Amino acid sequence: MSTAAVTDKRPSTLRAASLPKWTSPAIAVGAIALGIGISFAADLHSEIQWALIAAVLFVLGTYGISARVEGRRQAKDRVATSFVWVAFLLAVIPLVSLVWTTVSRGVKVLDVYFLTHSMGVVADSEPGGGIYHAIIGSLEQVGLATLIGAPIGVMTAIYLVEYGRGRLAQAVTFFVDVMTGIPSIVAGLFILSLMLIFEMQPFGFAGSLALAILMMPVVVRSTEEMLKLVPNELREASLALGVPKWRTILKVVLPTSIGGITTGIMLAIARIAGETAPVLLLVFGNPFINNNPFEGAQASLPLYIYQQYAQSAGANAAYDRAWAASLTLIAFVMILNLVARGIARWKAPKAGR
Amino acid sequence: MAKRIDVSGLTAYYGSHKAIEDISMTVEPRSVTAFIGPSGCGKSTFLRTLNRMHEVTPGGRVEGKVLLDDEDLYGTGVDPVSVRREVGMVFQRPNPFPTMSIYENVAAGLRLNGSYKKSELNDIVERSLKGANLWNEVKDRLNKPGSGLSGGQQQRLCIARAIAVEPKVLLMDEPCSALDPISTLAIEDLIGELKERFTIVIVTHNMQQAARVSDRTAFFNLSAVGQPGRLIEIDDTERIFSNPSVQATEDYISGRFG
Amino acid sequence: MDISTTTDAPPPTPQPPVAEQKRAARGATRPGDRIFLGLSRGSGILLLVVMAAIAVFLTYRAALAISDDHGNFLTTFEWNTNLTPPSFGIAVLAFGTIVSSVIAMAIAVPIAVAIALFLTHYSPRRLSGPIAYVIDLLAAVPSIVYGLWGALILVPHMDGLFGWLNDYLGWTGIFSWEGGAPRSMLTVGILLAIMILPIITNVSREVFRQVPRMHEEAALALGATRWEVVRMAVLPFGRSGVISASMLGLGRALGETMAVATVLSPSYDIQASLLNPGGGTFAQNIASKFGEATPLGRDALIASGLVLFVITLLVNGAARAIIARRKEYSGANA
Repeated sequence: MSTAAVTDKRPSTLRAASLPKWTSPAIAVGAIALGIGISFAADLHSEIQWALIAAVLFVLGTYGISARVEGRRQAKDRVATSFVWVAFLLAVIPLVSLVWTTVSRGVKVLDVYFLTHSMGVVADSEPGGGIYHAIIGSLEQVGLATLIGAPIGVMTAIYLVEYGRGRLAQAVTFFVDVMTGIPSIVAGLFILSLMLIFEMQPFGFAGSLALAILMMPVVVRSTEEMLKLVPNELREASLALGVPKWRTILKVVLPTSIGGITTGIMLAIARIAGETAPVLLLVFGNPFINNNPFEGAQASLPLYIYQQYAQSAGANAAYDRAWAASLTLIAFVMILNLVARGIARWKAPKAGR
Repeated sequence: MAKRIDVSGLTAYYGSHKAIEDISMTVEPRSVTAFIGPSGCGKSTFLRTLNRMHEVTPGGRVEGKVLLDDEDLYGTGVDPVSVRREVGMVFQRPNPFPTMSIYENVAAGLRLNGSYKKSELNDIVERSLKGANLWNEVKDRLNKPGSGLSGGQQQRLCIARAIAVEPKVLLMDEPCSALDPISTLAIEDLIGELKERFTIVIVTHNMQQAARVSDRTAFFNLSAVGQPGRLIEIDDTERIFSNPSVQATEDYISGRFG
Repeated sequence: MDISTTTDAPPPTPQPPVAEQKRAARGATRPGDRIFLGLSRGSGILLLVVMAAIAVFLTYRAALAISDDHGNFLTTFEWNTNLTPPSFGIAVLAFGTIVSSVIAMAIAVPIAVAIALFLTHYSPRRLSGPIAYVIDLLAAVPSIVYGLWGALILVPHMDGLFGWLNDYLGWTGIFSWEGGAPRSMLTVGILLAIMILPIITNVSREVFRQVPRMHEEAALALGATRWEVVRMAVLPFGRSGVISASMLGLGRALGETMAVATVLSPSYDIQASLLNPGGGTFAQNIASKFGEATPLGRDALIASGLVLFVITLLVNGAARAIIARRKEYSGANA
């Protein structure tokens, strides 16, 4: 009896009314046109509103039309699909805008002069000047941070993968995870509290220490993943030849995974190169060229961007410099990323079989 | 309820690779048809074309006709979702939804199809579990997760889930290959009962199983690795196992290859 | 099987020697091995020491500041470290930090989950690879660049939206707007949402990709539409992963400094409306006040940083715990 009820709820045919393929694009075009129309009629000026109205119209329109023609389940499916697309597009807009503005406004003053001169004698509100001092500062601070952070990170990962058993390894694993989440400004405050105790003035290396703290957990995580990918057979083969464990690690395990480890370190460098907050607290910024990271305030690229924005009281020349410095920084980070991924792909341990 | 399947000239691809070629056969309602053949001969692929699951695999594509009674599954305007509602499927590895209880698993397909009254739903769940010979084992723990059952019980749960929506046809893709002999026996018994209500197609690697459960048997083979699989012959099971009309079938059944 | 092993099980003599051998091998006598183990273990210990030192020194400086505080550090609504007696408290910062992060989460999580689903289940396959790649790269854009973009591009574009919210939802109080520059908590929240979108998307995508194919096929074979497959098989499987991804994003949003410092027009009070400029967050307050801070002022800022540290520790710890539990769970089902 209830069997009959079940059958009744089903369409007797496999053929379900369905909308043609061009429906979704058509509704999208309609929604955008209508959205712009409404916006003009209601005298709205913000593109954000236009986009939101068009998005809402698109989702509602899809549901309405589909529910009428195809039924509720199909309509729900279509709404989910359209929501997913709309979410994707909504997210793409700001990200594209970000990249586009940085590039289009950054190229205005970005030239050789800009890259080779400091802000030494240029007031923040005037045109001219450059980022040479900031590039020097960034390179030195990030370089020193890498010299500290990368070896410690890699060695910790080796400990966890090759030796780590028991309480200590568990504790390290846990705190590496926790450390990944430390806000950069807190790392800066930590070094600051040390500097306050020793009554030190800001200098580049202090920033390096904070950056190294931020870098270490990232390197540990990625190196760990890479070491775990090295098949145990390789280690056993080497050990069975009577090679001591430390030489096995140095000569067999590390060379096998060196591509991935390098990638991880480069990604970590890319991450700390963009950190502003600890540099602001510890290195302080300096319009002049200071080549010595161990004495006196230095500049750095991200800090330069912030200071051009914040200290210039809205002068266009300073904003132009901020965009150009942003473009430089993004280019640096992106090149690191691309090269790192390139290495990862090129050196990837080939999966067996 | 049960429906007849008429396949004609069916060819299926994975991307540019032709997996099976030009298959035609008829599957009678209220019968069990077994597909046998060596690995890679396309019997599972063919099974998956019968409820349009093949096209779910990336690159999957089908040419030809599959008539369910008189309707072409691949005709224009046919909704693959409705097809799968009519043609249920049980997979090689038991795959109950891990986050759902036993009850929810059985009700999953019904819930998709709109609202049922609580009592109505209870009835169908009980009937389906009884139909899958699982009711007595699970009636006291319907709200426990389905992943807590043994492999054989999980597979019967999947069968209950499939028959709860009252399909016309039930496809089984090596349903016992992951199970121990006792669970296998339970499922084979169940297949014998289910054929009273459904058209059943089962892919199996186990020729004794094909001989035990099926009324008709189809033998698939491929001429070489990389070549598309083909239907060699289909006949009454007794005939296939005693006196097949093609030599390759006899070779395969008597264990000379495969 | 049981019977045979219990009746004629050999006496377990070989075991102690094996254990001894192991111990001998581990306490390696080779100097190279000892040095290498020492170095690597030392690095691990150094990491723990750094974590401990962060907690200890922040607490020490914070204690100095709080002992001089004539207000209540938790509940005072002002930040006057230059006055005698000084009086400061974190109530405003805690409020601002939570509000901006909640807004960011409310916007970012649904969109990030949708994008992750888009990449794993909806987009044409040829598109999803490159898009995932681009999202990876976007996660690497420095926050100061987001901040600059937010301050110079996003803020001017918010006027229309703010006017609109004020017209239709102004009566709620939360969305009333007095017409100041839209450098408010809502703008900050939107910018933070854009910033944490890539990381939540990336982690969620990983989780969704791991949904076993057979669960999805089970749903499909029952006649589920694509959305129903997502609802029945994908989302329940990925739920804990999405939660922990969101927590990671939340950790970022809570600690974000420069993007908030550039966009927000801070004031040391609590604004009832999300649209009026004002308020502040822990990280932003430290960055903005640090330049002119007195020695006590610096310690006070460190004290507020300690609170932020503890909060992010809790959030990240929770995220990790959820991930760890999920691993066990999926391992048991594998």
